[in-house]
Amino acid sequence: MISRPQRILFWTLLFSSVLMSVVLLRMRERALDRLLASGETMPLNPPPGTPVQNVTMMMANDMDGSLQPGYQNLALPVDANARAHVILQHLILNYARPNSKHPIAANKGVNEIFFINLPLEANQVLPGTMAVVDLSGSFVEAHPSGIEPETLTLLSIIATLHANFPQISQVRFLVDGQQRDTLAGHADLTRVYLASDSPGVKHL
Amino acid sequence: MRWIEERCRDLTFGLILAPLLAGAANAQMPANAQSNTPSSTPGKVPPPPVPAEMTTPPATPPRAAARFVVVIDAAHGGADSGARLSNHLLEKDLVLALSVRLRSVLSAHGIYVVTTRESDGAIPELNRAETANHAAAAACISLHATTSGSGVHLFTSSVTQIPMTRFLPWETAQGAYAEQSLRLSSEIDSAMRHAEIPVTLGRTALEPLDSFTCPAVAVELSPLNKAGKVTALSDPEYQDRIVATTAAAIEQWQRDWRQQP
Repeated sequence: MISRPQRILFWTLLFSSVLMSVVLLRMRERALDRLLASGETMPLNPPPGTPVQNVTMMMANDMDGSLQPGYQNLALPVDANARAHVILQHLILNYARPNSKHPIAANKGVNEIFFINLPLEANQVLPGTMAVVDLSGSFVEAHPSGIEPETLTLLSIIATLHANFPQISQVRFLVDGQQRDTLAGHADLTRVYLASDSPGVKHL
Repeated sequence: MRWIEERCRDLTFGLILAPLLAGAANAQMPANAQSNTPSSTPGKVPPPPVPAEMTTPPATPPRAAARFVVVIDAAHGGADSGARLSNHLLEKDLVLALSVRLRSVLSAHGIYVVTTRESDGAIPELNRAETANHAAAAACISLHATTSGSGVHLFTSSVTQIPMTRFLPWETAQGAYAEQSLRLSSEIDSAMRHAEIPVTLGRTALEPLDSFTCPAVAVELSPLNKAGKVTALSDPEYQDRIVATTAAAIEQWQRDWRQQP
């Protein structure tokens, strides 16, 4: 026979457990929302006093199909992957500004960038580094469709990466971590793009 | 079984006798006639020997005897609508209409045209390249449209130039025609500039362009932005100018093509 105080204790503990579970779930949701919100406002503002570096942005122009170098002072992280991420985020933010010559709706542009040292296999003679750029699905959905705008976006990303990381010889694009046929119906995303004409590098 | 035996007999006859007969006949036929003769015609009587004076090569270059074929590829179709050019105009519809008009103009000038898409259906890129490559075309024009930029964008394939061989890698077959494609692009560029239409030239990675085994150019139309005045893609007069200018460029290409060895 269970005594009455023990029953009260049991039900109190059970109620407390359920209540704590609900509170924890709610706190987790809030933390996730905060994380996503911070991700959308990337790049994060640098801490005060951080030294800035001069960065080259290869800006596309739809009217004449050209890429023109532009220069911007940015506070960059130490890690190369994070640095490339910040640079590309600023590049895409520039395209979202009013009066942009290559307008792309403002959105989260790049999920992640990571570098792979080449050659991947012993029998390959491809020197340098491959940059894998994981574009966000929302950026791709918002991108204007057409051979020229799509090609210029890819070339702008490739040329900006190569200007700031000369060791990059090849660039590969993913969308939300997956391979995709085209950027917005035209430019091929299945192939590896060359970032330089260094000897030994073959067009794939 | 009878069918198989007859087929075997025909095949044996064809394999043994046809090369002999064809070789004897072809050796005495003019070059232009040889190109139209099937490689093996089992069971057929060879044509009578042609007199020696008929074996001299024709005065005109060899290309003059070949048929000048143009492939027009209207991009997208079906569920793939391409770019949304306005609230009522999709890229797939515009390029299909332009394809039909360009075909009419070229046909009126006696140019044989093959189109990859005749209606609003989804045609896989592979099938488009197959159609173009089977046509053995002298020019392949892939039509596109966009709202970005101004005038006409001419794109050739960005695949690296490769030597012409009998068998080409499918994904980069256009590499064997890179030089000819640039010349065709230059021809269209000249015609557009003559018609005072702004042109942007470039290279891109684009399917099925990369798999075409013919001189190939992607012609992308965009609104005409001149001196602050914007002419929309839906403007019939602007479309007519584009069609007429492209047709003129292809006619000029035909004349140049006939002069090539």
